[in-house]
Amino acid sequence: MLNLKSLFQQSPITSPMTVNKSNVNQTEPVLRAENVDIYYGDFLAVKGISMDIPKNRITAFIGPSGCGKSTLLRCYNRLNDLIKIFRIGEQSKIYYHNQNLYAPDIDPVEVRRRIGMVFQKPNPFPKSIYDNIAFGPRLNGYKGDMDELVERSLRGAALWDEVKDKLKQSGLSLSGGQQQRLCIARAIAVQPDVILMDEPCSALDPISTLRVEDLLHELKEQYTIVIVTHNMQQASRVSDMTAFFNVEPTDKGGRMGYLVEYDRTEVIFQSPKEESTREYVSGRFG
Amino acid sequence: MNNDEFNADLLKRSPGSPRTLFGILMTGLTFLSAGIALLPLVAVIGFVIAKGGSRIKLGVFTELPPTAYQVDGGGFGNAIQGTIILVVIAALISIPIGVLAAVYLTEFGKGTKLADWIRFFTNVLSGVPSIIVGVFAYGVIVLNLKNLGIGNGYSTFAGGFALSILMLPIIVRATEESLKLVPPEVRQAAVGLGATNFQTVSWVVLPAALPAIITGTTLAIARAAGETAPLLFTALFSQYYLPLSEKGPNALYEPTASLAVLVYNFATRPFENQKELAWAASLILVLMVLLTSIISRIATSRKVY
Repeated sequence: MLNLKSLFQQSPITSPMTVNKSNVNQTEPVLRAENVDIYYGDFLAVKGISMDIPKNRITAFIGPSGCGKSTLLRCYNRLNDLIKIFRIGEQSKIYYHNQNLYAPDIDPVEVRRRIGMVFQKPNPFPKSIYDNIAFGPRLNGYKGDMDELVERSLRGAALWDEVKDKLKQSGLSLSGGQQQRLCIARAIAVQPDVILMDEPCSALDPISTLRVEDLLHELKEQYTIVIVTHNMQQASRVSDMTAFFNVEPTDKGGRMGYLVEYDRTEVIFQSPKEESTREYVSGRFG
Repeated sequence: MNNDEFNADLLKRSPGSPRTLFGILMTGLTFLSAGIALLPLVAVIGFVIAKGGSRIKLGVFTELPPTAYQVDGGGFGNAIQGTIILVVIAALISIPIGVLAAVYLTEFGKGTKLADWIRFFTNVLSGVPSIIVGVFAYGVIVLNLKNLGIGNGYSTFAGGFALSILMLPIIVRATEESLKLVPPEVRQAAVGLGATNFQTVSWVVLPAALPAIITGTTLAIARAAGETAPLLFTALFSQYYLPLSEKGPNALYEPTASLAVLVYNFATRPFENQKELAWAASLILVLMVLLTSIISRIATSRKVY
């Protein structure tokens, strides 16, 4: 069993793995996809993804609609298990700290407690702000001071000052931007290792978006973040690493997503190796 | 009209045009229909109040039903007690089963053949005439209790069981509809935080759907409280209070009075006193149902989704 507390306190600088791989501005991989194929029924939706997600970095997934970036994101915490026809290829492996998440003896519930998720549409529970935050820790049987944890989580999501006087009000009474930060606070309240974000700003106005982006910069000191975004400026502003996915039609009339290029964000946006990446990031298609 | 000249008259209302007249006619028709639809309710309540209101005294809530030759006095305290106990038994059986069945249909068995069949048969059940449900309860409970030598079989419990079968499909459907209204994103949020399916349902989905579930349950209770047919050969009738204080729960093996059966019995008798009591009992029954609905409305006025 992984000790989460020790993972938190471990600074990436002192980690022995970091020293070995410090040559490419990269820390040890937290998540590693190996030859991941994703099927919906018999239909191959995403093909052959292999990539490492570095620790304490923000990794952005960009690409046109239908390229499978959200689908891949949801594989990392096995949220796709909720979809009945979803299936991962037999040779596909997703490692989390060297443990294959799709090994038969893995409990998806335990995976999701360590790899949190923030969704596209803010989805607070129809409960009070306090109970929204306390939900996850209560699930885990958190024994510490709940008030303190709620405050810390809300501060972590830069929401505390706005809601500290109305913690008993419904989470649904907040504005869209506040709701999304509430969802981020809810995600960090369970002290996850990784936070997956599926277009977290697409339903927000530009000012709320900026606040969430500022927040991401603070969060990455403690968490590994993977963010799916349609907004290229956002990817270039917030992320350290960027993966560009594309989609192509298949013989059978379907569409199949694949990874085109994965590199440091500056490289993807300034000197990508692939022509299609260059066209996409400069806004010529997609 | 080209760009030569603008005729402002064309924009003005023309009261006599067929289009306007037809619109007014149809609007009036819908209003009239709405009024007609409301009429039976108003008429029933008005009629019951007019006929039964004058007979409501304190005594009707406490005294026992009068015999045929008792020219005045008497009441139906035992029938009020019986109706409440019958409905409580029915609710205790049907609410847990109905709510959990609906949870299975929407949360766990969604899209499976089994769930489709359960849903189909629940709908069939809601269409079964209540007299058939009474016959079923007679066969399953009354006869078996009799064979086991527990009283003569006709019992409060059998009546409550019959009513629970009538309530079940209403509760399943109301709960299923309200669970469907809870957005899938909220379920995903709970699952994403590491909640198991059961935790997601019990901590998030059910609380969110609770107001609508209570409303549906109240409807079912109102329906059950007014049913007569299933009680005619299950709970039968009794001239006396259920002997709860003497026999405790065993009293439920004895027949009980109920408002609905009292109305049925007394309304068809030739004795004036009993007829008047039938009207008074109808009024009390209507008020009990109304009160339940109002209380549940107030209790659940907070809408979640």
